[in-house]
Amino acid sequence: MLRLIVRRLLLGLVTIGLVVVLIFVAVEALPGDACTAFLEREAQGQLLENCRKERGLDRPAVARFAGWLGGALLGDFGRTASGELSIAEIVGTRARNSLLLAGVATLMGIPLAIFLGVVTALRRDRWADVSISSLAILAMTVPEFVTATVLLLVFSAWLGWLPGVVLVSANAPLSALLPQIILPVITVTLVLTAHILRMVRSSVIEVMSSDYVQMARLKGVPYWQIVFRHVLPNALPPAINVVALTIAWLLGGLVVIEIVFNYPGLGRLMIEAITQRELAIVQTVALILALVYVGVNLMADVLTLVFNPRLRTMHGRER
Amino acid sequence: MTAASVPAGRSLFRAAELIGDILSRPSGAIGLTLVALHLLIALAAPLIVPYDYKAISSLLMLKPPSTAHWLGTDHIGRDVLTRTLLGGREALLVTTIATPIAVLWGGFLGILFGLSGGWLDDMAMRLVDAVLSLPKILFVLTAAAVLGAEPIVLVPMLAFFYGVPVIRVARAATHDVVARDFVTASRARGHSRFDIIMREILPNVRDVLLVEGAMRWSWMLLTFSSLSFLGFGVSPPTPDWGLMIKDASPVMSFAWWAVLAPIAALSTLIVGINLSADALAKALGIDRAQKAPV
Repeated sequence: MLRLIVRRLLLGLVTIGLVVVLIFVAVEALPGDACTAFLEREAQGQLLENCRKERGLDRPAVARFAGWLGGALLGDFGRTASGELSIAEIVGTRARNSLLLAGVATLMGIPLAIFLGVVTALRRDRWADVSISSLAILAMTVPEFVTATVLLLVFSAWLGWLPGVVLVSANAPLSALLPQIILPVITVTLVLTAHILRMVRSSVIEVMSSDYVQMARLKGVPYWQIVFRHVLPNALPPAINVVALTIAWLLGGLVVIEIVFNYPGLGRLMIEAITQRELAIVQTVALILALVYVGVNLMADVLTLVFNPRLRTMHGRER
Repeated sequence: MTAASVPAGRSLFRAAELIGDILSRPSGAIGLTLVALHLLIALAAPLIVPYDYKAISSLLMLKPPSTAHWLGTDHIGRDVLTRTLLGGREALLVTTIATPIAVLWGGFLGILFGLSGGWLDDMAMRLVDAVLSLPKILFVLTAAAVLGAEPIVLVPMLAFFYGVPVIRVARAATHDVVARDFVTASRARGHSRFDIIMREILPNVRDVLLVEGAMRWSWMLLTFSSLSFLGFGVSPPTPDWGLMIKDASPVMSFAWWAVLAPIAALSTLIVGINLSADALAKALGIDRAQKAPV
């Protein structure tokens, strides 16, 4: 089992490495650089050359890549092109904010999704299942910004129960941030729960119709004992990978949700950086997102291996 | 196993049969009706809209629904009904072109890697993983911000980034098929590799790709409207649902009609496509429940 985990870890590192190269190449391929963005109309002649020399942009691409990578490995992501702000600092506070939003939503969403998924599966095709499942499909399919806007309209504009747009600075303390994030958290939780719930539901339904559950039923094992002893231990592990993929998917959704609520997180930072051509920030945020994606998937793989001994013997089998 | 080699008449018959199957399911009937309605409106909209979509009026700002303006007016006095009817055209145009391209190239490479295996397959999958590890919207967003959001930029961008996950799906579907008995039988009969791909593998993978295409279509629409919502998509006078929602949301506490109309339009289209895709998957006998939302 250790060998399998090490293998997964190595594959994850390869992916991260490829992502880093990919982002660099993509950023290189785009027209313009930090200097043309910073100087705007004056970006020509001597001024442009000086600026490039100052920031080391006149070096060949490979040298710059090595320089950036070396710095990044030591935790130094460079400075912004316009101001002289440390990128590590900016990204750090934003990452904390995004983590807060995603973390609270995940902690609430996963237990809720498992509970509702099991309930809908056990009450399959009854009104409870039909209503919850329809709501889940709606939350899954409609774009995040629509969900967010509707929630804002109902709870903030019409009912006035909750604060709408977040109005705190990026480096506000947690105590100031928490009361502001109720609606963003509800939005993220809603979408997250919908995805995981559907997976748990279909997984539970599949196990409920399996031979060993039928057998347990025929033997007269009490219903709740079947559910807790036979169905859940077999139905939940397959959902782990979907939880991982949903969290990974969430990173993209988070970008949009943060914009709607004006929430100072990584997603909004990314958009700001793209608008101002702060490519070093784009690179750093992308690296963090890739790390989260690979990390979450790796964790899911390991958890699946732990929960499902049968997989441990299937050497090197890819998904 | 069958349809690839049969004459056109029979495959037409099969398509009709498939649509009948989809329509016989409640979700499919609702979904397909919604999609057909949206396509019809998108095509006919320029002929039926009551007003000019870019006619601004300072006297008509944020007027609630009335007999003259059924869905009211927006913050600069434009007719909301007109803009809602026209608002899906650009999105539908771009995504309807990009979807088949994405499915075709992704499906082609996926089948190829699935069959070849070995180091080529390994390396390709690592690259696919690397692309998938970043939210697709960021790539498209960056491209739109730097290169502009014209269809000429968005179509190849969407087709590329939504084709990458198709490689995964097509590869997995190929793996499922190659080990099956009818492929072994075909090999034993001495059919060439090309024949096996065309006659045994493609018809089976094709069903999976069809469903995948439907889902990709709805995800591309999501990305497209998110792009306009974020201000990186279509440029202002053009009517677009995402942009309309963005423009109307600051004033939604007293002008709910301006924000709810495009939301209703976008949501019905997306839900329609998803319901149709689910019904299509069931009609083709593909289990979509286990698929992850990548």
